[in-house]
Amino acid sequence: MNAFLRSLTTTQQIGALFLVVFGVLSLFTLWGFVRSLRGAPDDDADAASERKAQARRLRALLQTSWAMATVFWVGWVLGDTAATVLFALVAFFALREFITLSPTRRGDHRSLVLAFFLVLPLQFVLVGTRHFDLFTVFIPVYVFLALPVVSALANDPQRFLERSAKLQWGIMVCVYGMSHVPALLLLDFPGQEPGRGAFLVFYLVLAVQTCMVVQHLLGRRFPHKPVAPQVSQSFQWASWLAGVAVGGLVGGLLSFITPFKPGQALGMALLACVAGSLGHLVMKALKRDRGITSWGMQGRSVTGAGGLLDRVDALCFAAPVFFHSVRWYFGL
Amino acid sequence: MLAKLMGFFLLGLVRVLTGSQARWYGCPPKAEQRIYFANHQSHADLVMIWAALPEELRSITRPIAARDYWTKSPFRQWITTAVFNAIYVERQAAPPPTAPAGPAADTVGAPPGGPDPAPETPTPSPEALRAALPDTDPLAPLVRALESGDSIIIFPEGTRGHGDDPQPFKSGLFRLAQMFPHVVLVPAWINNVQRVIPKGEVVPVPILCSVTFGAPLQLEPGEERRPFLDRARRAVMALREV
Repeated sequence: MNAFLRSLTTTQQIGALFLVVFGVLSLFTLWGFVRSLRGAPDDDADAASERKAQARRLRALLQTSWAMATVFWVGWVLGDTAATVLFALVAFFALREFITLSPTRRGDHRSLVLAFFLVLPLQFVLVGTRHFDLFTVFIPVYVFLALPVVSALANDPQRFLERSAKLQWGIMVCVYGMSHVPALLLLDFPGQEPGRGAFLVFYLVLAVQTCMVVQHLLGRRFPHKPVAPQVSQSFQWASWLAGVAVGGLVGGLLSFITPFKPGQALGMALLACVAGSLGHLVMKALKRDRGITSWGMQGRSVTGAGGLLDRVDALCFAAPVFFHSVRWYFGL
Repeated sequence: MLAKLMGFFLLGLVRVLTGSQARWYGCPPKAEQRIYFANHQSHADLVMIWAALPEELRSITRPIAARDYWTKSPFRQWITTAVFNAIYVERQAAPPPTAPAGPAADTVGAPPGGPDPAPETPTPSPEALRAALPDTDPLAPLVRALESGDSIIIFPEGTRGHGDDPQPFKSGLFRLAQMFPHVVLVPAWINNVQRVIPKGEVVPVPILCSVTFGAPLQLEPGEERRPFLDRARRAVMALREV
């Protein structure tokens, strides 16, 4: 089996990977469909509505997974440029959600225009053209020093520090973090055929998402005292450790699709999981500060936000840490 | 053809920038004759509410556009007539020769002036009111549109507001309600648009917006002008919290 897989070209291997992912999704969808067909026992209304809510959550989860898998697949089929554009769009919509829920004043308008229409595209162009050295400092150095100037020129000192911080933090998470995912696609390891970056992205996403899901499920199943109840009712050390461990383990098992040895793969996955899960916690604190529980919840009542940021925030924190650790460790 | 393409393009643009979400709370989107009345904070309100309506309603619903702003350039004029199918209104009522009401305020939607609906007792029939309307009245184009069976979108504040709360409503809504008692009055709250493109800016910023449509209102028999307008304003403001 392994020998057969190795005999395939990189393209064929990635194709096989997508076949597996879509196959698993199809199985789950089929299972959900069959479950929905099964007649419900006529017990009380409470259980019925609970079941309905559960089915709805499952459907939403499946829809998101299908959408994400399809998007990844389309991005891969169309090549690196298309994939970079795709992630730029994700960053755009995530930043749109972030800014919607962070009150800005009129004086911020020009800075916002710059953030959306100059900084964001430029960052992704830098990634797409592999200016790795510039793209790592472009936002933290140049943009962070330039944007406040634009805001200051608008002649509005009220809550200036707070407004600048909001904008910078939004750019940091949504643009800077997200731009490191396509950067992984373009990373070339010595002694490896190019174009294997897709595996690296898959590896990162799978490890981090596994960590998040395991942490969530365990937190539900075995509730402990939350560490920071004001910020998150579900974050607790035990389930966090378990989540990170499982995520790291999955990463370690996937070492055969990465340029890493199993030990290295385990370490990198652990690092990414720690960054991702703690980043999720930070974003929760931000949401609490805004008085909402999820970027999407608010959407239903006021803004129409789809909650995209909720899905990608862990990735936004994990990707830069992972990317720079890899570059540093392997001297790329 | 070109107008249709432009319509698609604008719709896409508005969706990418604002999400243009419509939330129907008090009533379903239904093809009956309606007057939508909404808060007004930006010229983009017009585009926003147009984009939020479903396709089928968009074709039978005509927004109000201020003639001086929307006919300033040939492009603006083309876009309002060909794409939005808008009704132009003068911001200024044909002023009585003596008092032009101050500097031409930034007025849109239900125009400010016009003679108050004549002696309020005894209430004349809707038909009589319509017949009595002079052609120079700023409401005349709206009345013609309603008579031909279209729905319309108006901004009864008259001018774009600055603060959080909408300004007191102008009487246009009341007079239309008197003249067309069978037309359903639907309040709407447009959220966030002023952040997308504040007064005086050119480039819009992507920020999620929504339009919330509320439960229809009716002019009660014998209801006075001011109480009705205040009630309508409160109905619009209540949608902010839904």
